Amino acid sequence: MTGPVLEVTDLRMEFRAPRSAGGRRVQAIREVSLTIGEGEILGLVGETGSGKTTVGKCVVRLLRPTAGTIRFAGRDITTMPARALRPVRSQIQMVFQDPYSSLDPRMTVGQIVAEPLRAHGRFKDLGVRPLASRAIERVGLSTQVLDRYPNELSGGQRQRVGLARALVLEPKLLIADEPVSALDVSVRAGILNLLADLQKSMGFSCLFITHDLGVAEFLCDRVAVMYLGEIVEVGSRDEVFGDPRHPYTRSLLGAAPLADPVAQRSRERSIMPGEPPSAISPPPGCSLNPRCPLADTRCSTEAPVQTEVSPTGHLARCHRIQEQMSLEVSHT
Amino acid sequence: MAELLAVQDLEVRLFDRSGVVLAVRDVNLTIGQGEVVALVGESGCGKSVTALAILRLLPADARISGQVHFDGHDLLQLPLRQMRRIRGSDIAMVFQEPMSSLNPAFTIGNQIVEVLKLHKGLRGQAARTRAAELLSLVRIGSPEQRLRSFPHQLSGGMRQRAMIAMALACDPKLLILDEPTTALDVTTQAQILDIVRDLQKRLGMSILLITHDLGVVADLADRVAVMYAGNKVEDAEVHRLFAAPRHPYTVGLLRALPRRGRRAGDAQERLTEIPGLVPVLRESLAACAFAPRCPRAQEDCSRQAPHLEQCEVDHEVACFHPEPATVARVLR
Repeated sequence: MTGPVLEVTDLRMEFRAPRSAGGRRVQAIREVSLTIGEGEILGLVGETGSGKTTVGKCVVRLLRPTAGTIRFAGRDITTMPARALRPVRSQIQMVFQDPYSSLDPRMTVGQIVAEPLRAHGRFKDLGVRPLASRAIERVGLSTQVLDRYPNELSGGQRQRVGLARALVLEPKLLIADEPVSALDVSVRAGILNLLADLQKSMGFSCLFITHDLGVAEFLCDRVAVMYLGEIVEVGSRDEVFGDPRHPYTRSLLGAAPLADPVAQRSRERSIMPGEPPSAISPPPGCSLNPRCPLADTRCSTEAPVQTEVSPTGHLARCHRIQEQMSLEVSHT
Repeated sequence: MAELLAVQDLEVRLFDRSGVVLAVRDVNLTIGQGEVVALVGESGCGKSVTALAILRLLPADARISGQVHFDGHDLLQLPLRQMRRIRGSDIAMVFQEPMSSLNPAFTIGNQIVEVLKLHKGLRGQAARTRAAELLSLVRIGSPEQRLRSFPHQLSGGMRQRAMIAMALACDPKLLILDEPTTALDVTTQAQILDIVRDLQKRLGMSILLITHDLGVVADLADRVAVMYAGNKVEDAEVHRLFAAPRHPYTVGLLRALPRRGRRAGDAQERLTEIPGLVPVLRESLAACAFAPRCPRAQEDCSRQAPHLEQCEVDHEVACFHPEPATVARVLR
């Protein structure tokens, strides 16, 4: 077996609030470690402000992390200088949330899709047009759109163009940051099917950032749940959705309404009180403790570490899980 | 159930740069006393315009025809002075983005007190006390203190609660909620939905819930009206609509939804796409607007427009070739 495509270890990212806002430090990512294997889709889920987009930006090196390492295909790219980074960048491509602002309105679709080829000086002799055509067809659009401008296209078509641009270099890793959140249900279905198909046919790995649990469950092989700059639970799709252990994961799953009135109305409602605290002054101990139904005194003083729930890589960051598990062990 | 609101033959024409847009066509809608009716559809289907037409909040150049019967009046014929008295008191509305519907220059307290002063004649301490009561009604802790907060000092969830408190200030008979939780995270959404459900039961008001989120519909609604291209295409009791939808568009929407247990990796597990785009209608159409995208369309669908007809008790559909009631069960 080959090593992971992406390996993020102890990533931290601190921002400084503007002086007018007190100049305090904002810990957007407090400690994140994750790996993505070859051909794997890892879902990074969490609510607004949990730091999931910042993780994506660090991985493509749009941000330079405060601490930690990012290894791509075995090479440490955390502090790699720009020149050395160029060939790496062609292997890591990104799709953004807003299909309106992420495409240059003054470029034709053909130019947009060919831009990465030009930027990386690839395939000059072949001419970029045939490759752009192929990329456009691959995302289910007709080559006629190559001469159109983004404003002539619908939201779903634009998102396909964004995907064609990201995949034209045949990258190893795709970072998709909420790529379907701005789309209507019927259009979103098409993009999700397409992503699943393309992953299968092209074999890239993907970091899929989303706040939508239904989307994550549909598309991702493994899922990592973020809360206040930390991954609180990670595991295979079946583990996280079928056997969630962390109280936050459970409350997220319980909070998302099911599109089925019978099931939705008969389920037990456990609503997590309060709201995520500020990343400027995270609570001491476990970051969830002020809202957690299971919290005890230890949770408000001591930060929990990642604990293995199962040897398959199902991890959770929670004192109470640790206690439960040691109880289970002592009983057997 | 006694009718509180009856919209009859509502038609709205709006104007954009390219001319007239038929935003709402021939819509009939009733809401009973204490009933929660969801108006569902994708962007641009006319659901918000319908609500704004009821309250007469559309731009002055909008052309509106039809009737809106409420409490013995036709709201569309009412003199503006009287209409103003109804808005905010008998009918209140909560919008999607609480930040842009609250005035940033005034405290939450000021803004609630203003409503109480205008519609209830409450002043001074009596008004402040009532305002604080309203905030506790929506489960805002230390309400006295919160009255002194400016909108920017509150989180999104808090602001939306304050908006709901303000809407409830005059014990409205009808509360219109326009995408009330779309801008919020799922745990916050669950809190707001819980508050709305609870208040509706306690206060017994009717609710018109405008949303694109079928999970929210499944959670709150008694009855659902589905809109497409300005038309109401289906109207049914909520359990019926989810269990046995008849209109091909409704069926498509439900099948397009990633839901718990659906996985892209599973054999033949794909989300249903609805090909094509929602049309923008500029003139009335002698055909079914959904026909070009409809898997069940036949020749007659493009020759005349189907009208809403009762197909079962509590169930109407506008389709010449609806899904058979027995086969229409949507995959779980």
